[in-house]
Amino acid sequence: MKILQRIITLILKEFSMVLRDPKSRVVVIVPPIIQFFVFGFAATYDLTDVRYAVLDQSRTVQSRELLARFEGSDNFRLVTTLSSDSQIPEMIDTGKARLVINIPADFSLKLAHGDQAGVQVIADGRNSNVAAIALGYVTSIVQQQGRQILTRRGQLAVEPSLELINRAWFNENLVSRWYIVSALGGVISMVVVMILSSLSVAREREFGTFDQLLVAPFRPFEILIGKAIPPIVFGLFDALLLSGAAVFVFKIPFHGSVSALVVILTVFVVAVVGVGLFVSSISTTMQQALLGSFIFMMPAVILGGFTTPIENMPDWLQTATYLNPLRYVVYGLREIYLAGGDLVSVWPLIWPMACIAAVTLPLAGWMFRRRTT
Amino acid sequence: MTEGGSSAMRLAGFLKKETLQILRDPSSLLLGIVMPVVLLFIFGYGVSLDPKNVPVAMVLEDSGPEARELAARFELSPYFKPQMVYSVAQAKKRVDSGAVDGIFILGSDFSAQLAKAFRAEVQLVLNGVDANRTRLIQGYGLGIIGKWLDVRRARGEGGVLPPLIVEQRIWFNESADSTNFLVPGLLTLIMTLTGTLLTALVVAREWEKGTMEALLATPITPGEILLGKIIPYFILGMTGMLLSVILGVFLFNVPLRGSLMLLIALSGLFLLASLGFGLFISSATRVQFVAAMISVIAGFLPAFFLSGLLFDLESTPRLVQMISYLIPARYFVIISQTLFLAGNVWSTLLPAAGMLAVMAIVLIGATRKKLVRRLPQ
Repeated sequence: MKILQRIITLILKEFSMVLRDPKSRVVVIVPPIIQFFVFGFAATYDLTDVRYAVLDQSRTVQSRELLARFEGSDNFRLVTTLSSDSQIPEMIDTGKARLVINIPADFSLKLAHGDQAGVQVIADGRNSNVAAIALGYVTSIVQQQGRQILTRRGQLAVEPSLELINRAWFNENLVSRWYIVSALGGVISMVVVMILSSLSVAREREFGTFDQLLVAPFRPFEILIGKAIPPIVFGLFDALLLSGAAVFVFKIPFHGSVSALVVILTVFVVAVVGVGLFVSSISTTMQQALLGSFIFMMPAVILGGFTTPIENMPDWLQTATYLNPLRYVVYGLREIYLAGGDLVSVWPLIWPMACIAAVTLPLAGWMFRRRTT
Repeated sequence: MTEGGSSAMRLAGFLKKETLQILRDPSSLLLGIVMPVVLLFIFGYGVSLDPKNVPVAMVLEDSGPEARELAARFELSPYFKPQMVYSVAQAKKRVDSGAVDGIFILGSDFSAQLAKAFRAEVQLVLNGVDANRTRLIQGYGLGIIGKWLDVRRARGEGGVLPPLIVEQRIWFNESADSTNFLVPGLLTLIMTLTGTLLTALVVAREWEKGTMEALLATPITPGEILLGKIIPYFILGMTGMLLSVILGVFLFNVPLRGSLMLLIALSGLFLLASLGFGLFISSATRVQFVAAMISVIAGFLPAFFLSGLLFDLESTPRLVQMISYLIPARYFVIISQTLFLAGNVWSTLLPAAGMLAVMAIVLIGATRKKLVRRLPQ
């Protein structure tokens, strides 16, 4: 009973350290929510308004017909019509247009002869991902027009074609926002939890109060629990709130089970608190703790499969990502939201995080005593 | 002694103290110099948006020569790594277990259809959770099929050519290699880290510990305090930046088509804006905990999400675009991608540099004002 009482006192003290200062209260709760919305809208690989310029050297019915398809598409926005080749470099260099569609003068002539007519498309490769996606849109529009021409000639039946029937599971319309936003709550709550927990011991070290805590009749594991509970509560609150917002605000489908969501987020938050407290326990100042948490978070975010797929990495790096707790929650959240994961199917992602927590938390508790200021 | 001379001496003394503080604490050096190198190394190798060796289950229900020929093209492609399975049900199991990303199916009537009607179906069913990756993979699939059809036509086995073809040119990055645009973007992220995070706590720490009050009681002026805080971190940040550029160019072969001097000058401008931002947060909050939270929330995360480093800003809602104009990283992403891949395009670089200069002046000016306002209450 005494133990419980002592721990509760500690936890209350930790909470009051964050909540007593009005500025701290605000920064723990408000920004994660605002960020979720802003980033949720920003984080997509789908293009809506690709600015393009046109150089129509053919000026015929056929070329205008093709261009009309671009004007009718939601993915493109015409910025200007060029009159000569020499204007193309300026368009692309300055970024006024990201694509230039150049229809050569012999376009209609070739079509009339039954030859293959080329449509030249120049893309700005400074962001090659955007360029590749935009060129994909262009190709499908040009192919549609090609089909129409064949139909008119009555040749559609003799075109040797292979219909590539593309189907995608779980995300039929290939909305990349689903992929990013379903995992965004995990990333934002990690940032909050990591900062809260990494600063907690370091702050006391910097002001010398941690030594007092160590000489008080607390056992290290009691201090550990006292330090761990507040960030877990804040982190879990953020994570669950943002998970709900993903469904209700961003309309991300939720096919999985709520219990799986709660369990995976809880284990994740505990694992991150373990890392945060470990960083905190080896730091003597808040500056060191903040930098230390970044030394962990930067690679964790970028190598967590959140924005760029882990499958594209070289094998040695893929292996290294098994140590990254964010990896599991990112995959787990996607599995739960989009593929209908339940506790059984995400279990392989839960236990590694539990292992990470089981190593880092005791290590942090052990470091409390080892390192004194 | 003249006024100017004693000011220089004060500044020199203060600079020495600040520099010693940085050198004494290994974490600043770790973040300023070692981290950029490690991060760039990991990211250069690890971060890529280009799928390769995508595992797919291949179901060949037709064993005709055409089917085998097409299947072989998939096997030889660097983009796919097909695994033969004998039924669709078995293939689905592999998708569910995550062993493969999709299924490639050639139905039993493939050759017959192709011979009779010139039309046949190829099915590529993919796990679409990662929409961007899936779309790229679909594109690769179409490319392989298109090439095969061209070969058949050349052998006289096909019918008419498709009337229209797209001749595409990707300027500045002909091979559409994503490392080429991610590395200049990462430079922005790394410099935001050193600029904003390193400095966010330095003034707040002095307030919290009471040393700021002691400092303000000495003849040192706020301007001198500010310079003393900026110069050492500026040198640290520029060193990290130069190391990153060297690594990007020599290890990852990212072309540097613009001038190196210009890159250094504009990086300096960006670093000043970032340092100004960090110091402003620090002097406005005066509490390390709050300063740490804000520097992450307003500094690091927007530099990742709202800078155009990964996500295309023009496809976002107008409000998000407007917010992004307030983020210094947005301008530096443009500058660094342009200088690395396109060259010295003044009409792009000048407006972005102008914005950074304005931000640096406003932020450093506001910090100085905050420092002048003496003790609270």
